[in-house]
Amino acid sequence: MSLDKEFKEIPGTIIFDAEQSRKGYWLNQFCMSLMKAENRERFKANERAYLDEWKMTEDQKQAVMARDLNAMMALGGNIYFLSKIGATDGKSFQQMAGSMTGMSEESYRDMMINGGRSIEGNRKIGEHGDAQRPNKDK
Amino acid sequence: MARITASVYSSHIPAVGAAFDLGKTHEPYWQKVFSGYDFSKQWEKEQKPDVIFLVYNDHATAFSLSMIPTFAIMTGPEFMPADEGYGRRPVPPVIGHPELASHIASEVIQKDFDLTIVNEIDVDHGLTVPMTCMFGKVDAWPCKVIPFAVNVVQHPVPSGARCFALGQAIRAAIESYPEDLNVQIWGTGGMSHQLQGPRAGLINREWDNEFLDRLINDPAGLSKMPNIDYVREAGSEGIELVMWLIARGAMADTRGGPKPKVAHRFYHVPASNTAVGHLILENA
Repeated sequence: MSLDKEFKEIPGTIIFDAEQSRKGYWLNQFCMSLMKAENRERFKANERAYLDEWKMTEDQKQAVMARDLNAMMALGGNIYFLSKIGATDGKSFQQMAGSMTGMSEESYRDMMINGGRSIEGNRKIGEHGDAQRPNKDK
Repeated sequence: MARITASVYSSHIPAVGAAFDLGKTHEPYWQKVFSGYDFSKQWEKEQKPDVIFLVYNDHATAFSLSMIPTFAIMTGPEFMPADEGYGRRPVPPVIGHPELASHIASEVIQKDFDLTIVNEIDVDHGLTVPMTCMFGKVDAWPCKVIPFAVNVVQHPVPSGARCFALGQAIRAAIESYPEDLNVQIWGTGGMSHQLQGPRAGLINREWDNEFLDRLINDPAGLSKMPNIDYVREAGSEGIELVMWLIARGAMADTRGGPKPKVAHRFYHVPASNTAVGHLILENA
């Protein structure tokens, strides 16, 4: 039984299911390797060489080097795994989450202090909320 | 006999643990979060639980994609706080209760809940942050803990109904254990939050508070809410809230006993990206 199709109708959201997990297996396992200090050092010293040790697609490697979290998510990454890259770069979870919204760090932080992003217009693709993703929400 | 005296519900936001460890609890931003636990710390001193059955989820810490157990009970004697990439949190090791944990595993597996049994694992912020919120700074945790991990990372994750039924089975298992123990059951995670994509930062205050109301008054009805509703209304990471239904299912009123007493309720936005929710229910 596949997941309810409604999961795919939420704007600005990628559901990490078995298919994404399969696509992103090595991307996510690469991220896990960054839990070890010696691996973080090797990655930082030569990102390309370190990434080439993993069975990742070229698109995934490019997305990592560009630190494009939305692209990494689309290619099968999961945010809890991808956060290891952020930790390696010294970024907080709020900085990482904010970077996926297109907002500046400051305006994202202000939005959270003011109660967070509203659900209104953001339940379903095609509504008029601020989280509708143009390239997905056709 | 062992008995469940209370259930505790709490968010487990990593930034809260970091704020505590870095001594920022009196900064206005964090003081608003920690003030919600002032009552709870005093309450725990009076309650003196022997064991906490602590439902949490691992966040790509001990479980990578190489193993994804849906439900895992930790039957080992001791668990270290994990290094999640920033070094281990400076909190004491967690002391397990292997005898009770093994008893629960044996009982609920025979009731068709196919648990994974884990003896060696490091526990991440999902477990240690609620411990810090409830007990503050300590040299050793004042009670034993049985960690219980739920997969809420890769969909499909277990339904609220399955979690609620599991809680009922855990309650029966605990109450059939012969030693006289004061046991609490905790459900952690949530409340509304989304950490990914253009919808990151989502908070749904109205939905969260209705969830708290229904958790108190209509848990069986709440348990029938489909997973899609959590994700749509409370954000992709708000799905963690299904874990609260395990703790709620273990309260006495789910088998015809009296309704629990609401000892404490707290809600605050934000801590980092997340709505903080916290509730204490006491069995009458």
